[in-house]
Amino acid sequence: MKTKKDLLTTALLILFFTSLCILPSTGFAKTKIVWWHAHTGNIGDRVKDIVNKFNSSQSEYEVEAVYKGSYPETLTAAIAAYRAKTHPQIIQVQEIATQTMLSSGAVYPVYQLMSDEKIKINWADFISVVKSYYSYKGNLYSMPFNSSTAILYYNKTLLKKAGFKADKPPSTFEEIDKAAKAAVTSGATKIGFTVAWPSWTLMENMHAWHDCPFADQENGFAGLATQLKINDQLSERLMDLLSRWQGQGIFTYSGRGSRGDQPIINGEAAIGIASTALVGTLTKTAKFEWGTGFLPRLSGYSQGNSIIGGASLFVMKGHKAEEYKAVAKFLEFLSKPEQQAWWHAETGYLPVSNAALKALQATDHFKKNPNMWTAFAQISSGKNTVNTQGVRLGNLIAIRDNIEAEMENILTNKKTSKQGLNDAVKAGNQLLKEFASMYK
Amino acid sequence: MKKSIFKSRWLPYALIAPQLLVVIVFFFWPALDSLRLSLYQVSPFGDKKIFVGVQNFVGLLISPEYHRSVLHSFIFSGAVTFLGLTVSLFLASLANQKIRGLPFYRTAVLWTYGIAPPVSGVIWLMIFHPSYGILTYLLSMVTRYEFNWLLKGWVAIVLIVLAATWAHLGYNVLFFLAGLQTIPKSVVDAARVDGASGLSLFRWVTLPLLSPVTFFLFIMNMVFSFFETFGLIHAVTQGGPGDTTTIMVYKTYLDGFVSLRIGVSAAQSAILMALVIFLTVLQFRYTERKVFY
Repeated sequence: MKTKKDLLTTALLILFFTSLCILPSTGFAKTKIVWWHAHTGNIGDRVKDIVNKFNSSQSEYEVEAVYKGSYPETLTAAIAAYRAKTHPQIIQVQEIATQTMLSSGAVYPVYQLMSDEKIKINWADFISVVKSYYSYKGNLYSMPFNSSTAILYYNKTLLKKAGFKADKPPSTFEEIDKAAKAAVTSGATKIGFTVAWPSWTLMENMHAWHDCPFADQENGFAGLATQLKINDQLSERLMDLLSRWQGQGIFTYSGRGSRGDQPIINGEAAIGIASTALVGTLTKTAKFEWGTGFLPRLSGYSQGNSIIGGASLFVMKGHKAEEYKAVAKFLEFLSKPEQQAWWHAETGYLPVSNAALKALQATDHFKKNPNMWTAFAQISSGKNTVNTQGVRLGNLIAIRDNIEAEMENILTNKKTSKQGLNDAVKAGNQLLKEFASMYK
Repeated sequence: MKKSIFKSRWLPYALIAPQLLVVIVFFFWPALDSLRLSLYQVSPFGDKKIFVGVQNFVGLLISPEYHRSVLHSFIFSGAVTFLGLTVSLFLASLANQKIRGLPFYRTAVLWTYGIAPPVSGVIWLMIFHPSYGILTYLLSMVTRYEFNWLLKGWVAIVLIVLAATWAHLGYNVLFFLAGLQTIPKSVVDAARVDGASGLSLFRWVTLPLLSPVTFFLFIMNMVFSFFETFGLIHAVTQGGPGDTTTIMVYKTYLDGFVSLRIGVSAAQSAILMALVIFLTVLQFRYTERKVFY
C-alpha cells in the first residue's frame, strides 16, 4: 500500500514538473497578475464579478483571483510563496496582520506604486477611519478593499414575539439587558444576545467606541507598542456584565472568529453585535424582520468611534515593471466610486471614498436599504481620537487569540474578569516584547 | 534465507533512488530545517533571523500554556487509545463469531476508516453543534442540561474523544479481527477441554495471544491521536473553549501558522519529533520480541 502511495506521489511530481514546462508557452499577450484572496460564498462570487468587470473593461491586463482559504491560510501561503519567490502580485491581508506586513519589508507601498505609475488618486477623499488603519506616517501602504465596522443587529420578529416594542434598537447595555431578558424568558428564543469576533467587537471596538486606549503608543500608531491596556475598568465592567448574563442565559457565547454570525443570520439571536458585512447576507436571505443600530454604550465614558475590520490589499515586491502597471490599473479601477458603490451595495462592506458615498446618497440606495446606512451614521456621529485610529500591534493575531481564550475562561467562571484580563495582558505583553525585539 | 543478487553494483541504488529522493526532499530536509529554525527567532517573512540558542525550548518548558497543551495531549490520547482499543476489541470479537449477515457487519464497522478526519469532524459538528445539532437538541430536551461545548470544556473533550475514537475504529477492528483469526483453533479447543469458557477463555487465552496486535495498535493509536487528529480539532473546536482542546500538535499549528511565530513553532515540532522517534523505537523493539505470551 505504501509503495502505491509513493508511486502516485512520483507520478504527480512528474506531472507537476512537466506542466511547469508547458504552461508558460501557452501565455497570452496580456499582462497577467494574480490576486490571492480569502472570500467564499456570496462575497467570493462578488470578488469574481469585480475581477471579471475589470478584465472585460480593457484588453491589456488580466487579473486572476485565487481563493486561498481563510485569512491566516492566505497569509501563510503568501509568506511561503514569498520565500520561494513564487508569490502573487496582490494579497489580501486581514486588518490585524497590518503591522506584520509593514515590518516585513516585502511590501511595495500602494501610495508609492501609484506615484511611480503616475496614477492620481485623491487619497484625501478616503473615509478617515479606513485610511488611518492602513496608513503609516500619513501614507497609505495598502489598498483598503473590504472594510467593515461593528454594528448592532436586532431581530424584530423575535422581540415582538417576546412582547417587546421593537421600533428602535437598544442603544445601551442596560437596554440590551431588558430586551434580551424578555426574549429569553418569554421563550421566544434561547439566545438573547451574542457577538461575533469576540475580541474585535468587545475589546478592540468597545475601547475605541468609549475612547479608551487598547495599547500604549496610541494603540501602536505612534511607535511599536509594548503594553496592552485592556485590563482596565471598561473591560472589567463589560466582562462582569457578560459573565453574569451568560449565567442567567441572557448572553450566549457563540465561539471565536465569525462563528457568532450564524445565530444572527439564522434568526436565533434576538440581539447581536457583528460586522457590517452581514447586512448584505441578511438582506438577501433573512426570513424575519430585522434592524440595525449603533454599538451599545456603557455609561460614564466619553464618545469615541468604532474601528474598522476586514482586510486590505498589499502589493508584493519582486515583480516586473509591466506587472506593476497592471496592478496599479487594477487598484485604480477598484478605487473608482462606481465600483466602490457596487461593492458596498452587494456586500454591505463600506465604500472607501467619500465620492462613492456621495454617489450612493444621490440615489435612493440608503432610503431603500436603511441598514446599509447605519455604519456611516455611526462612524460620522463618532469622535475621532488617538484611540479610534485602529489597533496596530505586532503579533496581534496571537494576541487576539489569547484574549478570546481568556474571555472563554471568564465566561465559564474559571477565572474572574480581573484575573482573566490580567492574564490576557501578561501574555499579550510577552508577544509584543517578542515582536519588538525583532524589529528594534 | 535467500538473497537476491544484482549483477550491477549500482542497479539496486538506482532502483531505490526515487524513493530515497522523495523521503529526503519531503521528510529529512524539512525535518532538519525545522530543527535549525528551532534555534532562531524568525520574523514572519523570514527576512530577520536572530540566533537565540535554546531560548525557544526554555520558553516552552517554563510556559504554563505549553504545559497545558502537553497535559491535554496525554489526556486526549490516553482516552482515545483506551476507548478505541476496548470498543474495537469488543466489536471485533462480535464480528469474529458465526452470525448471519456477517459481511455486512464487518463492512459496517470498517468503513469509518475511509473517512478523512476533517470530514468526520464536520459530521460530528453537524450532530453536536450547540445551535443546530440534532443530538444536543435531543439531549438538552431529555436532561435539561446545555451541552454547549463552545463554553464547556469537558463537553468539548468528550466530543473530540468520541469523534476521534469513532474515526479510528475501523482500523482497530480490522487489526483485531485479523489477530483473532490467527489464533489457532486447537489452542482454543484445548482450553475448552480444560474447562475454560467465556470470560476466562478470553482473559487467559485470547488476550495474551492478541498482545502483539494490541501493542501495535496501542502505539498506532497514540500516534494517531497525537498527530492525525489535527483536522478533527481544526474543524470542530479550533482548540477551544479556552485552550481545553489545544493539544501539542494544534498549538504548534497555532503558533506557527496563525501567530507566525516560526521559531517557537519549530521548537515544538522538534519536541514532537523526539516523541515520535521514541514511540517508533518502542514499537520496533517490542514488536520484534513478539511481546510475551
